[in-house]
Amino acid sequence: MLCDHCKERDAVIQVMQIVDKGPVKHNLCERCAAEKGFETTVSAPKSSLVEFLMPMQKALATSPSEIGRCSSCGSTLRDFQRTGRLGCAHCYASFETSLRDLLRRVHGNHRHVGKRYVTPEEAPEHAAVGLIDLRDRLRRAVENEQFELAAELRDRIRVLE
Amino acid sequence: MTIDLSLLPDGGVSWLDASGENADIVISTRIRLARNVAGYPFAGRARDGERLRILASVREAVHDAPAMREMQLVRVDELEGEDRRLLHERHLVSKELAGLDPQHPVRSGAAVFLGDGLGVMVNEEDHLRVQAMRSGFSLAAAFAAVEQADSDLGTRVPFAYHDEFGFLTSCPTNTGTGMRASVLIHLPGLVLTKEISKVLAGLQHVGLTYRGLYGEGSEVVGNFFQISNQTTLGRSEEELLEDLSRVVRLLIQREEEARRVLLRDAGYIIEDKLWRAYGTLRYARSLSFDEAMNFLSGVRLAVGLKLMAGLSVYTLNKLLIFSQSAHLSYAEGRALSESESNLVRARFVREALAAEAGTAG
Repeated sequence: MLCDHCKERDAVIQVMQIVDKGPVKHNLCERCAAEKGFETTVSAPKSSLVEFLMPMQKALATSPSEIGRCSSCGSTLRDFQRTGRLGCAHCYASFETSLRDLLRRVHGNHRHVGKRYVTPEEAPEHAAVGLIDLRDRLRRAVENEQFELAAELRDRIRVLE
Repeated sequence: MTIDLSLLPDGGVSWLDASGENADIVISTRIRLARNVAGYPFAGRARDGERLRILASVREAVHDAPAMREMQLVRVDELEGEDRRLLHERHLVSKELAGLDPQHPVRSGAAVFLGDGLGVMVNEEDHLRVQAMRSGFSLAAAFAAVEQADSDLGTRVPFAYHDEFGFLTSCPTNTGTGMRASVLIHLPGLVLTKEISKVLAGLQHVGLTYRGLYGEGSEVVGNFFQISNQTTLGRSEEELLEDLSRVVRLLIQREEEARRVLLRDAGYIIEDKLWRAYGTLRYARSLSFDEAMNFLSGVRLAVGLKLMAGLSVYTLNKLLIFSQSAHLSYAEGRALSESESNLVRARFVREALAAEAGTAG
């Protein structure tokens, strides 16, 4: 069967459109279907990670001081480029400049503003730090007019106070 | 070691029970936090002994935290392949932890602690993946649960954290909050009205992404989409959740509109199509998984449109999980070939629908 639109190529896609009078069927070739904006399949992106990590190529070239190995786990930026995974937490210090740049490209930002972590050793000061953190988040919630969130944060602050 | 899922609270599937908000459109909400234990290489680079020491310290922390003490430990590394597949199909462990990719077999020390709507995977890509699952659209409840578990663990085990970058993770796409919040949503109306591509393309512009039923890399089947935050750094957990929440609410609204349009403009076509889907599920003798998913999608839509009465969303949700291959093998008590699976699946679906057929139709 030929494509209803170009009448040249084989029709491979059947499109059912709902118009006022009811359903109308079109037989289209792949190119005409694409031109008319019909998606033939819906599938999950194959590997968003690869796209995400593309900027690494550039980042690698800019930091000669970081060519070498992580002093803690021994992995290199090249290992990261190959696997998409860092070797250990210390890699973030070993390759700080490159990673800051990468984080900025990937997330649009390199500064963490979420939950602040206090290690078990620092725990006694935990409540105080938690309170400062919550007040900070409350202020932002109010600024952004997220009132439900603000109410929830205010309740949590009251409990700590 | 063979696994007995009946020991888990509600078999680990309380999130399927359709009790949450907008349960006819949103199947479930899941939030996970990626954490690493300070002082050890990440799981992919750690030695066997290091991973076992990590597991031991997490185990101690879980036993020490009153709210987590009842969680059940499953040593994934001691399970046969079929049992690992079962845990993955039930969304209790990731594909990576289950070691289902032939190139990345299961790691020693791979384990999961399971509680009601809560799970802690150990030695996944990150040492810890703390996750909470809830029925329907329930971001606040899921976040409260995962946040509590994170605090319980983080006060007992030192996490890798950086003042500027936040929680440090094996892959920089998770750095910062380490949080991925996802909502599993059924959008047949938007697919049928061909609006879905536009909608999905728009997600990227607001820092969100979509995947199939099984997360990263999985195909979309049965019009089920997992919508989640793409970025994890530079915004607080609450802000990320608010962004996701806003878009999901909009998606629900658009889906409801699409369904109204379909009923108005093509009522009899839709009704015929959906009843045919029901007929196939009710009487077919062999069903592949994708086929079953697509017909279930139709029946689910019919229930949402109130074209079919007497079928519960819970039953349809359970069919999504329990008609998968490893679950069928588990129920039959033996390994099944693909063609045997298709026969058993058809029988299982027939029986489940027949049990509720009294009022349908």
